[in-house]
Amino acid sequence: MQFLGSMLIGALFGGGLLLGGMARPAKVLGFLDVFGHWDPSLAFVMLGAIGVYAPLYRFITARTLPVYAQRFMVVAGRQVDRRLLLGSLLFGVGWGLSGFCPGPGTVAFGSGQLTGSVFFASMVAGMLLFQLFDRVATPAASSGGSEADGSGERTTPAAALPKA
Amino acid sequence: MNVNVQEMTPVASLLGGVLIGLASAAVLRFQGRVAGVSGILGGLLGFARGDLAWRGGFLAGLVAAGVLAAWAWPASVDLGGGVGTWAVVLGGLLVGFGTRLANGCTSGHGVCGISRLSPRSLAATGVFMAAGVASVFVVRHLIGGGL
Repeated sequence: MQFLGSMLIGALFGGGLLLGGMARPAKVLGFLDVFGHWDPSLAFVMLGAIGVYAPLYRFITARTLPVYAQRFMVVAGRQVDRRLLLGSLLFGVGWGLSGFCPGPGTVAFGSGQLTGSVFFASMVAGMLLFQLFDRVATPAASSGGSEADGSGERTTPAAALPKA
Repeated sequence: MNVNVQEMTPVASLLGGVLIGLASAAVLRFQGRVAGVSGILGGLLGFARGDLAWRGGFLAGLVAAGVLAAWAWPASVDLGGGVGTWAVVLGGLLVGFGTRLANGCTSGHGVCGISRLSPRSLAATGVFMAAGVASVFVVRHLIGGGL
């Protein structure tokens, strides 16, 4: 059931990316081409998403508990460090080269076009390379205790949570 | 500044953003987590314990959206645009490595993190936006786009 429910949510997210124009690399590059013939449309995607998510985030975290978890695993670190800055720099360069970021890249993979599969496979390879690098650079992390939530904040690993 | 008015889609893009915001709020409500695509995929690749089902489901939903769009609305997944294969490969490697090093991408940092004014996410979004603009500038305007 969690798989199917989550799949519906993912499809809604994907529908938003498609409607917003994020799954068209040419449009993404037009958005990043501030010094050329600039298409600012994708700023509206962020505006719409943040406009909806910001109030819902406050409401949901203040008034409810997650349905399938014991607590919200969202906030922890606030430190802007070298990893964050270097990682974002590499990501931005890759985004500007290809016109894909991870969500639209996954949708593009589903579309069955060769370009989508090539991007998705390369992105997965990049993530696996990172795991290798992370194991070499920070041996302590290889014990599996440093799961991140994808938001830039370190969180408490699920295994360390008190059992209700 | 030279704005491309013909290509602008402010209403569709705003509505698309609203759907993304709603889906992200649903991830928070059900899983208590940030809806960051790079984190969800990275967690799956790293075999994060106990939550393979929702991660796999979310990604399957993204893929399903692509399958449906290719059939019902191909223009929304038009991947053409003159970017060479090597740029897609190199771009993919950098996107994969970079988002994991930075713990987030456009969704996790750009939408969810900014929504709660996380200093890390504000910094990350500023950097990847600037780097994206800079790399398009170099490719299109300095070396002429012949790549």
